[in-house]
Amino acid sequence: MFQLAGRGEAAAVDDVSFEVGHGETLGLVGESGSGKSVTALSIIRLVLPPGRITGGRVELEGRNLLDLDEPAMRHIRGRRIGFIFQEPMVALDPVYTIGFQIAETLTVHDLARGEAAKKRAVELLDAVRIPDPSRRAREYPHQLSGGLRQRAMIALALAAEPALVIADEPTTALDVTVQAEVLDLLREMRRTFHLSLLLITHDLGVIAEMADRVAVMYAGRIVEQATVDRIFASPSHPYTRGLLASIPGGEPGSRLSAIPGTVPVLGQLPPGCAFAPRCPNRFEPCDKLPPGVTMIEADHAVRCYLYGPATDDTAEKDRDATDGAPGLPPSLKATADHRSLGEGGQVRRRA
Amino acid sequence: MTPLVDVRNLVKEYPGRGGLFQRTPPVRAVDDVSFSIAPGETFGLVGESGCGKTTTGRCLLRLIEPTSGEIRVKDMDVRALSSSALRRARRHFQIVFQDPYSSLNPRMRVGDIVEEPLIIHKLGSREERRARVQQLFELVGLDPSAMAKYPHEFSGGQRQRIGLARALALEPSLVVADEPVSALDVSVQAQVVNLLLDMQKRLGLTYLFIAHDLRLVRQVCNRVAVMYRGRLVEVAPAERVFAAPAHPYTVALLSAIPKLQPGQKLERIPFDAASFRPLPLREVESGHWAAVQI
Repeated sequence: MFQLAGRGEAAAVDDVSFEVGHGETLGLVGESGSGKSVTALSIIRLVLPPGRITGGRVELEGRNLLDLDEPAMRHIRGRRIGFIFQEPMVALDPVYTIGFQIAETLTVHDLARGEAAKKRAVELLDAVRIPDPSRRAREYPHQLSGGLRQRAMIALALAAEPALVIADEPTTALDVTVQAEVLDLLREMRRTFHLSLLLITHDLGVIAEMADRVAVMYAGRIVEQATVDRIFASPSHPYTRGLLASIPGGEPGSRLSAIPGTVPVLGQLPPGCAFAPRCPNRFEPCDKLPPGVTMIEADHAVRCYLYGPATDDTAEKDRDATDGAPGLPPSLKATADHRSLGEGGQVRRRA
Repeated sequence: MTPLVDVRNLVKEYPGRGGLFQRTPPVRAVDDVSFSIAPGETFGLVGESGCGKTTTGRCLLRLIEPTSGEIRVKDMDVRALSSSALRRARRHFQIVFQDPYSSLNPRMRVGDIVEEPLIIHKLGSREERRARVQQLFELVGLDPSAMAKYPHEFSGGQRQRIGLARALALEPSLVVADEPVSALDVSVQAQVVNLLLDMQKRLGLTYLFIAHDLRLVRQVCNRVAVMYRGRLVEVAPAERVFAAPAHPYTVALLSAIPKLQPGQKLERIPFDAASFRPLPLREVESGHWAAVQI
């Protein structure tokens, strides 16, 4: 939630529930303003005021992160949850060498000190396939190319061997050939470190290559959640269908299939389904109340009246539906306390 | 057919860095680039950041002064034009910029932004210009009542429509579209691309379409030139570039595009930058040119 001048509060993220199983990659897809980054920041509790988390649970390895005090939370960030940002130039500290920043992470979390930490930093740079790692460890972020910088950031995120890595648009700023290399690296790291990955992106190609399961966000809510195969083979929410159809790939010279209209402005959401004004399948219930979650398959949830009426126990169904691999508790579990996980971030102004 | 645009041996050099005695050699941002564009054609220029595609587009309009080479647009020798003749000639070739946030003056009303080129080129009376602006707003799918608003009141997609209305105000024959949709959300990109296609059909425009999204280029361009380190490495009809890429860099670029089928086996073919040699383009099949040895 965050304050809007004179207009009360608005939920940037509303009633969002998902899980990331051990070793699993959950892809969180959405356009700008859909709330995907705010969701990620809420998990590590870095939502900046005036934004605040008003409800819900974020469970990491069985512990609710929203109950922890700030010192305890500092042991989670970087130690149990690693973060890869879109812009490594912004996320890395320009006045310290790459090696120092990795060693510092190890020191802060009591994993290694002094020479041992420096040595481990070089090993990590080597692990992310940075050539000549001992020389690169002594260099500053600006001395590295965009691709190498993103590799250094991955090394930093993996330094403390976290249980979960959140990657927010990790390849969006990169050229396509460099993106391919970084995706290959992430895939390899996932195997080596047995990572659980929350991958946030607007790029459905990246999702197809990387994700095991996919959650599609629109206007602060997850509108569809399923395995990656099902999302691509039988997309069910009209928004997901429109998004997939709008990717170029048709006959040369033919028009693209566009979704009409624009993404709604936060604080001015329609009373019913947020996608209704742009939806080709809109019918009479859509404008009244936001739809609840309908399970159309065992692991395929959709928030749309086309698949049934909204029911009150939707949050419960949501939870059951997304249970990860049998036998293992999920690595991360974010659940809404029945329609109350309002979370806020920096105020997005879109006049 | 005589081409609308004909570029021969275009070079743009930037001086090297360093002191008086230890200068690094000059950097060739655009190195011996030649291509031509037929009237009504959409010619794609693709490549990764820093390859020289934007510099090429700007040299074409002399927004950047080329170092050497020949540029002909509509039988005009663009490089020989005096600055006043160039200003007059610019009504025939316009540009749509990538960033809809920095390419519109935030202090001007959008109606005035679209009208400005008409004032500069002294076209029409005040009333005629206003009527023309209204017409342009309708043409690009904007509500003419929004003319009195400021750029910040519009979304990215709407701002690109305003940028396009401004570019079309003078009825140009050539529009250089420099990454016109890459700053937009996916669902909005398609709308703006469709608008560009519609405008081309209605007004007979010729596009130099600069982009890095290869899927998009495949769908909208007739022919495509692939650029690498300032040089064209391949020029061919769009479908041939994708079906039968001839240059190893093009092959690598295509293999790096994420596939849209989950679970498909990835076959990345890396390009060894050290192996790159600047070679002249040669025709490998009819209309398909590549900088490769025979």
